[in-house]
Amino acid sequence: MSAPFIAAAAPAPAAPSRAGAFARATLRRLLQLAAVVLGVAVINFFLLRLAPGDAVQVLAGEAGAATPEYMAALRAQFGLDQPLAVQFGKYLLHLAQFDLGYSFRHGMPVAQLIGERVPATLLLMGAAIVFAAVAGVILGTLAAYRAGRLADALISALALLFFATPLFWIGLMLVVVFSVWLDWLPVGGMFTVEAGYTGLAHVLDVARHLVLPAVTLGLFYMAVYTRLMRAAMIEVRRQDFVRTAVAKGARAPRVLFAHVLRNALLPLVTMLGVQASSVVGGAVLVETVFSWPGLGRLAFEALFQRDFNLLLGILLCSSVVVVAVNWIVDAVYVRLDPRIRLR
Amino acid sequence: MFKHTTLRAWLAGAALALCAAAHAAAPTSGGTLTAILQPEPVILTSALNTAAPTGFFSANVFDGLVEYDNDFKLRPALAERWEFSKDSKTLTFHLRRGVKWHDGKPFTSADVKWTLENVWKKIHPRNQILYGKVTSTDTPDDYTVVIHFSEPSLAVLSSLNSNGAQVLPKHLYEGTDILNNPYNNKPVGTGPFVFKEWSRGNYITLERNPDYWDRGKPYLDKIVFKIVPDAGARAAALEKGEAQYAPFSPVPLKDAERLAKLPQLKLETRGYDWISPWLFVDINLDKPYFKDLRVRQALAYAIDRNAFNKVVWYGFGKPADSPVVSTLKQFYTADVPQYGFDPKKAEALLDEAGFKRGADGTRLRINLDYLPYGDDFRRSGEFIRNSLKRIGIDVNVRAQDTPTYTKRVYGDRDFDLSVVWFAGFADPLVGVTRAYWSDSVGKNIPWSNGSGYKSAETDKLIEQAQSSPSQAERVALFKKLQQRVQTDLPSLPLLEMHFFTVQSSSLKDTVAGVDQIYSSLKNAWFDNGARSAAAPAGVNAANPAIVQR
Repeated sequence: MSAPFIAAAAPAPAAPSRAGAFARATLRRLLQLAAVVLGVAVINFFLLRLAPGDAVQVLAGEAGAATPEYMAALRAQFGLDQPLAVQFGKYLLHLAQFDLGYSFRHGMPVAQLIGERVPATLLLMGAAIVFAAVAGVILGTLAAYRAGRLADALISALALLFFATPLFWIGLMLVVVFSVWLDWLPVGGMFTVEAGYTGLAHVLDVARHLVLPAVTLGLFYMAVYTRLMRAAMIEVRRQDFVRTAVAKGARAPRVLFAHVLRNALLPLVTMLGVQASSVVGGAVLVETVFSWPGLGRLAFEALFQRDFNLLLGILLCSSVVVVAVNWIVDAVYVRLDPRIRLR
Repeated sequence: MFKHTTLRAWLAGAALALCAAAHAAAPTSGGTLTAILQPEPVILTSALNTAAPTGFFSANVFDGLVEYDNDFKLRPALAERWEFSKDSKTLTFHLRRGVKWHDGKPFTSADVKWTLENVWKKIHPRNQILYGKVTSTDTPDDYTVVIHFSEPSLAVLSSLNSNGAQVLPKHLYEGTDILNNPYNNKPVGTGPFVFKEWSRGNYITLERNPDYWDRGKPYLDKIVFKIVPDAGARAAALEKGEAQYAPFSPVPLKDAERLAKLPQLKLETRGYDWISPWLFVDINLDKPYFKDLRVRQALAYAIDRNAFNKVVWYGFGKPADSPVVSTLKQFYTADVPQYGFDPKKAEALLDEAGFKRGADGTRLRINLDYLPYGDDFRRSGEFIRNSLKRIGIDVNVRAQDTPTYTKRVYGDRDFDLSVVWFAGFADPLVGVTRAYWSDSVGKNIPWSNGSGYKSAETDKLIEQAQSSPSQAERVALFKKLQQRVQTDLPSLPLLEMHFFTVQSSSLKDTVAGVDQIYSSLKNAWFDNGARSAAAPAGVNAANPAIVQR
């Protein structure tokens, strides 16, 4: 009796505590998420009400004219005639049921509107992040290995240029050069509506349309990553463990990938988190310049149209994305550097 | 209208016209037109919202009862004939037979009656004045509509196209919540093109209606309306041929000059007359210093409207001296008090009114708010600031977004001067009188009487014009109205605005009437040689300047 008891008992204290820690961490994170969402809802709900005018006034303005009776009827329909506290209570009640509300302006549920636009934004952001990270790592690495030489000077100058130039201007210049002059790429939009492509042709068509906006959106962060990589690589290459690896006779690619790059990537991952968190904000200009049917533009228009249900919905969704990205960044930290432990 | 285009564009247009004439043109069918729609419409029927993008789009899906030709004369559309009774209190429409809604149901007088009673009279933003006096509507048969008015309402005839009076299908709307009816966003009309798809923030597509009553039309197979929010992108898309048609001054005025020189593009200024837009400055009459007429006169004398047109609007306009624009020949009168550019006189008037220059040379410090529809309006505000600085009035130009602007001017009345444009339409009763009628002051209704002008005499003129049975008398009343308001000066008309369309040189016959911009593209066709040049890919453009009505 005692032997199996002990045998069973020995791993027992460790297993539940590891699983328990994981469960606790997950629970903590979910609570964190709920708190963030609630905070975003509360702050934005009341902050947005500070803007003069409401959705009814915008609608009347766009319609060209209206009567006071008509505007009052619209307000009653939208629930805008009720006290703010009641409106807020109703909003929270809906939110608790995962209902983001209704956009009266678009005549559609907010969730549906967001759902239609999310894929375009994710595609654009994903492409921009991949472009920025890949190009940044390559350029930064090149610059670090050629530190002080011509290649380094060129890359650093380029990075500075993209770091300092406004996004929309870069976008417009890219359009002028690659679309209007060279006629290589389309001016904007997400795909060629007139052509009605399907299947692979459609995918290629979207890819063609994706190049300029993704590059425009990615260039700033590419510059950031280049500078970060260059500095981190130079730093890491001086470390003892790199010298040891070289002394052991490790080949150059292995030193680069296993020793230097892995350690130099940490600051870049932090910035990746920042970049991914700016999904909506960063996309507004690029989506406008390139007529990209994404979430950033939708948020921007919702603000000007006082379509607060929609705007709140978008802000909530982006806050969820930001929290999720931070979790991913944390996980990547642990993968890259096992010494880092999550609390 | 040609005289308003630049000379260069004129010559280019003339050269093109010669070429076209040489080919001699019978319309050919086929082709996809990519048009730029900007900003994105709120809904897709102008029966419920008369914003410019909605009107421009939805005329292709819906027909009006009539169309207007190039002289403001009525042309049959859904109605083949119409007549007013002798006392002008009964209007009878004889509808076209055999017209079908896009879902196959027949179009009948019941649709017109239902729309008039439930939409034009109750919801349509501008028609409540026009149809407010309707006592009853009879439909003796499926193709006759008889409208009875309690008082004559002659102005009705000026607003019967699809923008002024769009007919909705009764069978899809009756008994529903009209404002939230799903068909508002997937419209079913009788027009030349059938609605296919609306991808929000992206595009709207239409296809040719094979059963259209006007046999042989439309010529185009498909129209793609693309949403292109950025003006630079619009210019690039047009230049590259990714879009071939863009209305409502889609690119900045200085870009327009450049684009007009390109062989593949042309600038078109016809088709906007029915809108009769004028740009003006509302003076807030609640402010003590503007209660003195001499101060308002001084403002008028201080602004050089010719220079304003040339410098700020690149000549895309004509100096205005009345709220009724000169293209409405019947109603317009130049016999109103004139305020030529005369800063000396302005200064004298201000001195007289007791606003002497202070130690720093300033008489008065005021705020100016401009309609936030883009750069042209900002520069308009800056031009006025410079003009008034010369006579010792210090102007602070304030920027904001549209809801803030309309609330400030029409609700809170927290402004001194406000720069805005209105559409006057074909009859001053529809678009002009709203700027001067005292009934709407301070009720927070956008695009109403912003100056807060209350004149019993003016109100009476407006009311008489509403119910006069004689067109001659109405014209006389509106001429009096122009004299009255130009004497009282609650606002300063500065410019008759001339909008323009940028379109591909290969796109023909886009203009058929003074209301073309709110009319369908059923007459438009591609000259074959050029169509292939304007092939694939895609983006487009339009001016945030023209969101209104």
